[in-house]
Amino acid sequence: MTKSNLSIRRILLYFLMSILALFFLFPIIFMFVSSLKNNEMQIIRDMSSLRGILPYGDIGVQNYIDVFVHMNFSRFLFNSVLITSLAVFCGLVVNSMIAFALARLRFKGRTIVLSVIVALIIIPNESVVIPLLFIVNFLGWIDSYHVQIIPYIADPFSIFLFYQFFIKLPKSLDEAAMIDGASPSKIFRTIIVPLSKPIIATVAILQGIIRWGDFLWPLMVTRGESFRPLPVAIQQFFSQDPKVWGDIFAFASMITIPLLVLFLFFQKWFVQSVASSGIKS
Amino acid sequence: MKNPVGLGQLRKKEERSAWLFSMPALILLFVFLILPFILALGFSFTDQRLIPNLNLPTRFIGLRNYIRLAADSNFHIALRNNFLFVIIVVPLQTSLALCLAMLINRKIQFVNVYRTVFFSPVVTTMVVVAIVWSFLYHPDSGFINKMLNFLSFGKISGISWLNDTFWALPAIIILSIWQGVGFQMIIYLAGLQDIPLELYESSMMDGAGPWKNFVHITLPQLKNTTIFVAVSTTILAFKLFTQVWVLTKGGPQNATITSIVYLYKQGFKQLKVGYAASIAIVFFIIVLLISLIQRHFLKEERSVD
Repeated sequence: MTKSNLSIRRILLYFLMSILALFFLFPIIFMFVSSLKNNEMQIIRDMSSLRGILPYGDIGVQNYIDVFVHMNFSRFLFNSVLITSLAVFCGLVVNSMIAFALARLRFKGRTIVLSVIVALIIIPNESVVIPLLFIVNFLGWIDSYHVQIIPYIADPFSIFLFYQFFIKLPKSLDEAAMIDGASPSKIFRTIIVPLSKPIIATVAILQGIIRWGDFLWPLMVTRGESFRPLPVAIQQFFSQDPKVWGDIFAFASMITIPLLVLFLFFQKWFVQSVASSGIKS
Repeated sequence: MKNPVGLGQLRKKEERSAWLFSMPALILLFVFLILPFILALGFSFTDQRLIPNLNLPTRFIGLRNYIRLAADSNFHIALRNNFLFVIIVVPLQTSLALCLAMLINRKIQFVNVYRTVFFSPVVTTMVVVAIVWSFLYHPDSGFINKMLNFLSFGKISGISWLNDTFWALPAIIILSIWQGVGFQMIIYLAGLQDIPLELYESSMMDGAGPWKNFVHITLPQLKNTTIFVAVSTTILAFKLFTQVWVLTKGGPQNATITSIVYLYKQGFKQLKVGYAASIAIVFFIIVLLISLIQRHFLKEERSVD
């Protein structure tokens, strides 16, 4: 009795989870399947029914070729990859360094610096974009790579995550090295960094998602196509009429797939990084 | 004992390297976060424009920006939309996130596959999410309208979601929840896994059912997680910009305008830096208040312990 009850409950559970899975996957599959339909008329015809998620008819990569040929997609892709990777990499270096000083070194003003950093977490980027625009305009940085990278390297929240991790590492590690005459920078490079892979991955993933999808700032500081990143590029393409949906979906898929693939490979890390971003409460 | 001179020198060396390690971040934070924030505060009392006009020098105008803002009906609508968004999204998204987390917080086959699927919208870029949903929302032959038409036996038809002053905001709310709920789900999942199993075991022995367990153990144990999730969702709701800009640019007739959309229009499109700065300061004060309320609740929790 109880056993069959249990299996009925289990079936119901899987059923419920599958319905939800369909809800979350539907738009993504819709996008991807439509991007493979060479015939624009078919995409429009299929949009109103479940045929939208069925790959049938004239299937191919013509839309993808169109995106590469008809517009500067490779340039936008290069821009986004360059900006995201440089911002994330420099951010890892700069933020972990100050966190190391705060967590592991004794110096006057340590507590003040730490409390300023924690206070800065509260300031949302959105509330400073206008004066920031004023500053970079003054510096003559509009329409460049560095205007999209340098302002977002130092990040109080990343510093805080690094700090929390470093403070938990046993103090005896660097004391022993210190007695052997190792300098702080050597301790940082040879002892702390190799132990910090989980937090490095966490910060890299959180910042990577944010920088890859950033929209408001590049919208304000890029003018022509030369330095335009993918999200701004697809928005501009999307707002042109008449809309060529096949090309739009191919473009959208190519923004989504790199992160989705990274996510599938490094799932454990993604989930951990999100979980630890909530721990700060 | 080592000699004190050596120790003193070591201390000095440590102090120097600490500042060297901190310098890059401190300089960057000062130039690109603290300075702009001070500037925002300063500009909000002036009629500063983005491109300075030599014939019209910037003047100090006291509280005039704030007084104008208090009477600016566009800004009122923007704030109202932000609050509407919060009132609808926070309870919906938080409870959906908790349900999802409880569904996948069990050791059964394929549960990791479901977790991956529920989380995948989070790694989908917001601009892309907005564009794909605009296709689903298409008034004539969009999938959502056809579905509604079918499910209501033809009673509901032709809602022009994003062009309708009533439906535009709900449309944006739905896609925002779809994109964001996986993030909160993971935070809840971490919270659920922190609850000691003994609590459930002893209450089972007292004969408590699943619902009683949920109300008396799960929910109270998740209090801090819930505060965090609700507050971070509230702050995110106030930052609402990308999906609105891609889909409606604040329209139709301001139906989806938000504080940040209005700030962008004033500061970037109309180049009124001073006025936009006063919007930024009001926006910051709201976010600050929300964070302070969160801190207050968490403190209360700690003092009880």
